[in-house]
Amino acid sequence: MESSKPAFIYTAAAFLGALALWELTARFSGWSAQIFPGPGAVLASLIELTGNGTLIRHSIASLYRVTAGFYLAMFLGIPLGMCLGRCKPLRLMINPVIHFLRPISPLAWIPLSMLWFGIGDLPAIFLIFLSSFFPLLVATTIAVRSINPVYFQVANNFNFSRLESFTKIMVPATIPAIVTALRLSITIAWLVVVAAEMIAVQSGLGYLILDSRNALRMDYVMVGMVVIGVIGLLLDYIMRQLMNIESAAWGTLGHK
Amino acid sequence: MGHILIENLNKEFIERRQHKRDKEGRPESDRTVTVLEDLDLEFEAGEMVCILGPSGCGKSTLLRIIAGFEQPSSGRVLQDGRQLSKPSPDNIFVYQHNGLLPWMTVWQNIELGIRRLEDPVEQEETIQEYIDMVELEGFEHHYPHQLSGGMQRRAELARALVVNPEMLIMDEPFSGLDFLTHMKMREEVVNMHLYLGKTILLVTHNIDDALIMGDRVVILSGRPAQVKLNRKLDFPHPRDPKTAPKLQELREEIFFMLGVSYAV
Repeated sequence: MESSKPAFIYTAAAFLGALALWELTARFSGWSAQIFPGPGAVLASLIELTGNGTLIRHSIASLYRVTAGFYLAMFLGIPLGMCLGRCKPLRLMINPVIHFLRPISPLAWIPLSMLWFGIGDLPAIFLIFLSSFFPLLVATTIAVRSINPVYFQVANNFNFSRLESFTKIMVPATIPAIVTALRLSITIAWLVVVAAEMIAVQSGLGYLILDSRNALRMDYVMVGMVVIGVIGLLLDYIMRQLMNIESAAWGTLGHK
Repeated sequence: MGHILIENLNKEFIERRQHKRDKEGRPESDRTVTVLEDLDLEFEAGEMVCILGPSGCGKSTLLRIIAGFEQPSSGRVLQDGRQLSKPSPDNIFVYQHNGLLPWMTVWQNIELGIRRLEDPVEQEETIQEYIDMVELEGFEHHYPHQLSGGMQRRAELARALVVNPEMLIMDEPFSGLDFLTHMKMREEVVNMHLYLGKTILLVTHNIDDALIMGDRVVILSGRPAQVKLNRKLDFPHPRDPKTAPKLQELREEIFFMLGVSYAV
């Protein structure tokens, strides 16, 4: 039965249920509070780490790396994907290389990226770049190739310049697919940044988790995990706002 | 303007069949398919030419070659003595469906035709004039998917006409429309033709469309397409095959020619 209760009530109920389960497990599993801290302890640590600025510092460090790597992937992957989609010889040349490199996990690049870029932000940014570059590139290539050829005929018929074909056909036709790819790849990028930070850097949420483990502070580890989840939600929310651009491009805004 | 001469036109393409297997399991060899063979046709300027023929006979290929979207294997198409080889705004193609750019409103789509016009006031007035002509007032800022099939075709017609082309090339412009919309669109295209006098090439499956609209009816045979009938129709508009005995006669002849033994 369709209920008239607002949707957030269900979301809140699910989160409360998860919290209760967590609390019960912490209390009755037999693990000590050091190994399995309950929600109360984690909340206290969360307040502590927020108060002394640690959490903000690490979050900003992680977000900076994701933003840098992700923008790099966008500005290289999407244009290259457009070229590959339109130019068959280029596609025949480059596609096999891409499909060879694509299944190699970004984490497999950690040793090389540390050697090449040293310790610091660069290797992490490089890994983020790798993780989002290939999905964006492939999605854009496919999006361009699946543009209805009729639209290019219209472009020829109305004497479009190359620039016009690009701005009036290729960009609007591929926006929906590219926005979807952006949503998917920001999630992957966020997964990868945490892993990268466990190895090559001295800051970021991944580092916070690793460092807290070494100090046997499982409450801090859990704070790190919670914050990663919350920021992941926020990133997805931001990317979902891009859907409005997609809708605007195709005029489906009024149809939701 | 708009005299069309088609000389010795041939179109072949190679059908890839390597992925198919014959009875012994060997890959089949590619084969050449002839779509158009030694086609000679001449249309007078300002004529409405209706092209009929069985499905897959190459009618659409012929239109795409005339529009310059495809190149013939040999032969040529001359427009007022000049060879046609590439698409140009002189000859606007009107599609079966979805020819409008879906990410642009009706207004923006029609604007495409005169986007280089320098005077913005003149541009705006012209667009509005054509929107009024196809009776889409109030839908200027709708997107194609918000319009009915008939309205989409009318918007596309406006986009084609605003360019003031020499020729319109229409590939089954009424297919997929409901009966009443079909009748109404047909009437509108006839009126538009009588009023503007542009050369129109129109492919259709509907024999009555051809008889009611055409100044000339061309019937192509099945693949490879050759001209089976090329007849000028000198009947005044509005026409009705049911009351004009000569049209009725021709109608039966065409049905017979297309392989139906009696007119429906």
